[in-house]
Amino acid sequence: MSTETENTGEALDSSQSQLRRLIGADAIKSMPFWLLPAFLVGLFIYGAVLWNFVISLTDLQGFGTPSFSQLDFDMYGRAFSDPQFLFAGQNTIVLLVVFTIVCLVLGLGLAILLDQDIRRRGHLRTIYLLPFSLAFIVTGQVWLWMYNYNYGVVNTFTRSLGLGQYQIIGNSQIILGAIITALAWQFVGYTMVVYLAGLRTIPDDQFEAARVAGVKDYRIYWKVIIPQLKASAASAGVILMVFALKTFDFLFAMFGQYRPQKGADILATMMVREAFQKLEWAYGASIAVILFLMALGIISPYIYYQYKVNEI
Amino acid sequence: MSSTSLPSQLSRTVVPNFERWTLRKLLLYTAVYTLAIVFLFPLFVAVITSFKTRAAVTQTLPFIPVFPWQEGFTIAQWAQAFSVLQNGLLNSFLRVIPATTLTAILGSLTAYSLTKIKWRGQVAVLLMMVAATFFPTQAAIVPIARFWSVYVPLDQLLGPVWTLPLLEPYHGDLLALIITDIAYGLPVVTVLFRGYYQTINQELIEAAKIDGANMYSIYRRIILPMSVPMFAVVFIFHFTQVWNSFLFPLIIMSGAGHSAAPATLALGGLGQSLEGTNYGLRMAGALLTALPTVIVFILAGDKFASGIQGGRA
Repeated sequence: MSTETENTGEALDSSQSQLRRLIGADAIKSMPFWLLPAFLVGLFIYGAVLWNFVISLTDLQGFGTPSFSQLDFDMYGRAFSDPQFLFAGQNTIVLLVVFTIVCLVLGLGLAILLDQDIRRRGHLRTIYLLPFSLAFIVTGQVWLWMYNYNYGVVNTFTRSLGLGQYQIIGNSQIILGAIITALAWQFVGYTMVVYLAGLRTIPDDQFEAARVAGVKDYRIYWKVIIPQLKASAASAGVILMVFALKTFDFLFAMFGQYRPQKGADILATMMVREAFQKLEWAYGASIAVILFLMALGIISPYIYYQYKVNEI
Repeated sequence: MSSTSLPSQLSRTVVPNFERWTLRKLLLYTAVYTLAIVFLFPLFVAVITSFKTRAAVTQTLPFIPVFPWQEGFTIAQWAQAFSVLQNGLLNSFLRVIPATTLTAILGSLTAYSLTKIKWRGQVAVLLMMVAATFFPTQAAIVPIARFWSVYVPLDQLLGPVWTLPLLEPYHGDLLALIITDIAYGLPVVTVLFRGYYQTINQELIEAAKIDGANMYSIYRRIILPMSVPMFAVVFIFHFTQVWNSFLFPLIIMSGAGHSAAPATLALGGLGQSLEGTNYGLRMAGALLTALPTVIVFILAGDKFASGIQGGRA
């Protein structure tokens, strides 16, 4: 009640100067709005990330409690001399790059198609976006069946086309490609939606003017429209890359266990396996720190740029 | 652009191109509908497989449906999937409804304090929220699992609570999961609400201040009523996120056998047996787990889409 009368008294002042005078008090008065969320995020996200770093410096494993007497970077040395880590790291980067490029290119194509004058555009958008609303644990099962050696759809087609049968899941040469295909199926719709939002901000008359001037459609897209979608591509790209770093559910669902088939291991799955299956907490935590740094390398330029242009 | 000369020029170019235009349109429609079929095809295959007997799965082509009047059709897989997953589905609802509701309310309050109130240090809280939307979950799961199992085991700490009717000690892990979900949902939900609140006219707030409203009554009387459409977007978007999430249940409940395991976790191992994989059962289980999000998506796909855009684009 006292705050109410206080505000009423000062409300007659110009709002700017009032805000300046109250700036300290407002931080306290506004606490009911933000303190609990900030506490939860601070504890469970930032606190956990920091604590994870500390654990990565110990030798914690099994069911014990960590000893903090000797903190060192041994686990990172172990990671970089572990062939499985190097292999998984390489796979992570291949997945990240190929998956992101495939989604950005196909998503752009879909967005341009749907941006044309077609009926039932909304329904089509819903269909393309449908895979994105499904759990990875679900789509992993579906694609496992698609890739089945004897009865799966992919092998039924390759057989009937005379291309032979492929052990897709068991073949370390093609398994990563199969995973990228399945993940792209799920994320292309998302990328398309981000582009469509970008396309909507481009005024129609730019297109019309170029068309009147006799410029071919594909050149209009190439020269006028696509360059204006850079911001959409950047924001979708960051999300896609960070997703590629952390994807775990899909691989777990596909293989039904912590260890993906040969050739499909990535850092995200290796981290969970080391920590939660082998109970190598400190080693898992160190891989998690490396993943975190990779994500930071992707997002910090983006956030910095957004902050500078006042988009945040 | 010079709009006055446009109509005449447009008609001049468009009319002679009419035939090419229809061909173009035909190609366009063929392309978009072919792609729609390609996108739906894996799900179509999953649906028809879930209605086949084990024999029919091996004897028919995977994309040829078996109809109810034909041999090889069964709904036994769905019945079995439901009996295995019903507890998981219930747990999923017990998890997702409080998690989504509380995240939306807290996110809305935080976003309000970050947009319509000025206070020292709000940039720090804002950056904290924005940056956290991008963090890979793996960087925090070891501490989270240890926090709930070693330092704050809710099933033991809240001992007397579990003697209440309908509550069991294993609900402690469900509560831990909900709290974790809220913490991890808050950043993106706050960013969503913030984007929306920035579009609310500041003059409205100033006028209310002059009328004697304080920051609490402004939220209650102006911001909250205006937030209804955004609450819908956030509910739908976040419902899907929490329902689908798998890693937190896995690390907090450590396995499909846990009594409080949500459907995504309980799904693992379904249809696996010594005789090999029962794909019909697996597909039925996967589709059953996906059903609530698919229903939400079909009913409110536009809100889901704007949830994606509002947060990031």
